[in-house]
Amino acid sequence: MYRYDTYDQAMVDTRVAEFRDQTRRRLEGKLSEDQFKPLRLMNGLYLQLHAYMLRVAVPYGTLSSAQMHALADIADKYDRGYGHFTTRQNIQYNWIKLEDAPDILADLAKVEMHAIQTSGNCIRNISSDHYAGAAADEATDPRPYAELLRQWSSFHPEFSALPRKFKIAVIASETDRAAMRLHDIGIRLVRNPDANGAGELGAAFYVGGGMGRTPMIAPLIRDFVPLEQLITYSEACLRVYNRHGRRDNKYKARIKILVHELGEDEYRRQVEEEFAHLLTLGIEPPFAELERIRTYFADPAFTPGLPESIDRSDPDFALWVDRNCHTHKQPGYVAATISLKPVGGIPGDATAAQMHLMAELARDYSFDECRVTHAQNIVLPHVEQQRLYELWQKLEAAGLGTANLDQVGDIIACPGLDYCSLANARSIPVAQKISERFAASGKGDALGELKLKISGCINACGHHHAGHIGILGVDKKGLENYQLLLGGSEGADTSLGKITGPGFDEDGIVDAVEKAADVYLAQRSEGERFLDTYRRIGMEPFKEALYG
Amino acid sequence: MKILTGNDLKTGAVTWWDGTGWSLHVEQAADVGEDGELIIAREEAARRVNVPYAIAAERGPDGRVRPAHIKDRIRALGPTVRPDLTLRPADPTAGNWVI
Amino acid sequence: MADTLPLPGEGRSEVDEVQFRFRDDEPADHPAVTVDAFVGQTNAAAVRIEPGDDARALLPHLARIALVEVNFPAFTDGRGMSAARILREAGYTGELRAVGDVLVDQLAFMRRCGFDSFAPAHRLDAEDAAAAFARWPHVYQSAADARVPIWRLRHGSGPNGGADG
Repeated sequence: MYRYDTYDQAMVDTRVAEFRDQTRRRLEGKLSEDQFKPLRLMNGLYLQLHAYMLRVAVPYGTLSSAQMHALADIADKYDRGYGHFTTRQNIQYNWIKLEDAPDILADLAKVEMHAIQTSGNCIRNISSDHYAGAAADEATDPRPYAELLRQWSSFHPEFSALPRKFKIAVIASETDRAAMRLHDIGIRLVRNPDANGAGELGAAFYVGGGMGRTPMIAPLIRDFVPLEQLITYSEACLRVYNRHGRRDNKYKARIKILVHELGEDEYRRQVEEEFAHLLTLGIEPPFAELERIRTYFADPAFTPGLPESIDRSDPDFALWVDRNCHTHKQPGYVAATISLKPVGGIPGDATAAQMHLMAELARDYSFDECRVTHAQNIVLPHVEQQRLYELWQKLEAAGLGTANLDQVGDIIACPGLDYCSLANARSIPVAQKISERFAASGKGDALGELKLKISGCINACGHHHAGHIGILGVDKKGLENYQLLLGGSEGADTSLGKITGPGFDEDGIVDAVEKAADVYLAQRSEGERFLDTYRRIGMEPFKEALYG
Repeated sequence: MKILTGNDLKTGAVTWWDGTGWSLHVEQAADVGEDGELIIAREEAARRVNVPYAIAAERGPDGRVRPAHIKDRIRALGPTVRPDLTLRPADPTAGNWVI
Repeated sequence: MADTLPLPGEGRSEVDEVQFRFRDDEPADHPAVTVDAFVGQTNAAAVRIEPGDDARALLPHLARIALVEVNFPAFTDGRGMSAARILREAGYTGELRAVGDVLVDQLAFMRRCGFDSFAPAHRLDAEDAAAAFARWPHVYQSAADARVPIWRLRHGSGPNGGADG
C-alpha cells in the first residue's frame, strides 16, 4: 500500500498545525462557531448528538496493521473504547473532545493517517473496491488511481468551497463492488473500447449519481479518458460544478441535480470545453508519478503452488468459508471477510480489543493489510487457504466469525437517531431485531444473498435506496416510523428501491421484512436471489402480503 | 415548558441550562419561559456554551423534566443501544424514559 | 452579512479597504463597475465580479483592466475561486482582489487561485493572516500561482502529458 514520502508527511503535519491553530482561535473566541464550523468539518469533526464526532479517513478503505492498531489506541485514549466503520470505508469516533482533536490528528499523522476533508463541501474520501489487488476480475488495481486523485483533491484551492459535498469512487471491474454509479463521480478503469477492449488502460467517467433525497444513477459522461489526462478531466468536471452547481438550495446543490437539470449532453459539452482549455495548462502530473504510486501496489510476495483444498469437516467453518471467502486471483489464496455484524450486534462497530486483534490478524495472515468495506465489514485481502481454519478459530473466539456476508444478517445501517442529530428514527435497534428474528427462526440461512440496508433519515447514509430490502426511518407526527423499499441494487445492475406503501412502527417493520422474505421463499425459482424474484414477480405479491 | 440545551465548547458534552449555569443533567434544566433568547445570546457570547438552543419539555408523571421529542431525550441520556454509555448505566428503567 | 453598509466600530473595515497586497505597482484608483456595465463602457478600467457572473465575459477586454475585484458575499461560496483562476489562466496580469467575507482561513487558497490583494469586510488579525499565508510548505496541485506542485518536485521537469506535449 501507499507510503508517504517527506512531502506527504509534511502536508499532514502542516494540516495538524493549522487545525491546532484554528482550534486555539476558537477556544479563545477569535473564531465564532459559524466561522469555525466549516474549518472543523474539513477535518472531519462534527458537533453531533452526544458530543463531537470525528470521522477519520481510510483512503480507498485500505489500512496497514500499524494503522489499525493506532485506530484502536485512539478509541481507548480519547474515546470510549470503540469505533464505527462507515459506508464510505471510514471510521468514526462518537465521544471526542474538541480540546483533544488536534492531538488525535497528530497521533494519526504519525501513522500516515488524517481526517482531511472527511466532511464539508469539498472532495471527500475516495472509495474503492474492497477486493482491489485480490480480485480476479479487475482490469488493474484501482487504488493507485484513487491515490493520485486523493493527492490532487487534498487542499485543492479552487474546490474547497463547493456547493455541497463531493464523493468519488474508483473501481476497475465490471462488477461494481463500490456502488460506483451512486457517487458524484464514479470512475471505472477500463481497456480502450475502441481497441475492442484490448487496448490501453483508461477511465470511464460516470458523473451525477447519488442517494439522499433524490437518488440518481450516474450517467456515463465519457467512456474513455486516457490515464495521462485523468487529473485534467477530473478538474474539468469539478470546475463546471463549482461554477454552476446550485447555491440557493442545500437540497438541490449536489452535482446530480446539475447534471439532471442541464441534461447529460449539455453537462458533457461544458466539461469538454473546460477540459480542452485545461489541457493547454499542463496541470497533469507526469506519467512517472502514476508509475511511482503503482509501485506501492505491486502484488505481495504470494507463494505459488499453495494447496487449494480446504478441510470442510467442521460444518461451521465450512459455512464461513462458503459465505465469507471470496475467490482470489492467486491460486491458494482467498479474500476473507471479517463480519462486524454479530447477531443482535451494532453493525459496523468494533471494540478497541477487536481492532487490535484484526490488526494482528492482518499482520499474520494478510501481508499486513486489511480493508474497510462500504458494507461496514473488514476484509483480509490475501489469506492462504491452508491457514483459513486457524484464522477462523481466532475470529470465532473474538465474536468476529459470523458467517453472514451479504446475507440478511449482514445489515448495513447508519448510526441513526441513537447517534446522529440529523436522524428521524433509530436504525440500530431495527437492525438488531431483524438480525435476531432471522437467526432465531433459522430463515436467515434459507434466504441466501439478501442485502438489507437501513437509513435513519432521508440523507441515506445507510444506502437504503440500494438495498434489495431498504428501510428508511421517518418522523411521523413526532414518532419514529419506517418505510420499506424493495428492489434496490448497487452492482453493475444498479437500481433504486421502490417504496411498498404506508410505513410501519418499529415492531411492524421487523414483521414486514419477515413477510417480504416469506413471499420470496414461497415464490422463488431455482437459483433466484431475493432481488431476482422481486424483479421477476414485481411489487404486487409483496404489497398483498404486507397490507392484505 | 421551554428549556435550553447546548454543548460544552471544549468537551462537546451535552449541557442544560439550570438557571445559573450549564449542567450535564437534564433533570436540573430550568424553565426559561420567554427569556431563552436573552440567555442564549449572553451565554454563547461568553463561551460558556456552544450552539445553545431552546427545546420543548414537560414534567413527566414523576415530576422529572422530560424533553418533548425523542431525539432530545436520546441526547439527554445517551444511545439507547449502549446503556453502558449513558448517564445512567446502572438504571434498567432509563430506556423507558427515552422511549 | 458582509455586504451591508459598513458601520463604524470594532473589526469593520472601511469599504473595500485593502488589508494585504502582494504587488509592487501603485494600486489602481478606479471605481469598479459591474461586469455588465464594464463590457459596455470603454473607459472603465476596474470591474467587480459577483459569484453569479461569468468571468469569461471579461476575456476579450483583459488588456484594459487594471483591477478585478471578486466579491465573496459568503466565504462558503467558492465560485470566486474559479473566476480568479480563469482570469489568470487567460493571461490577466492586473490586480486581482478578493473582497467581502474573506477570512484568514481562505487566504492561502485565494493566493493559489491568483489573488494578489485582499480587502476583507472585517479586518483580519495581522499575525493570524501572516501565519496563514506562510502555512503550506508544499502544494499538491498546479494552480494559478507560481508554486511548484509536489509531483514536479518528485520528478523534476521530465516527460509531462501537459505542457511539454
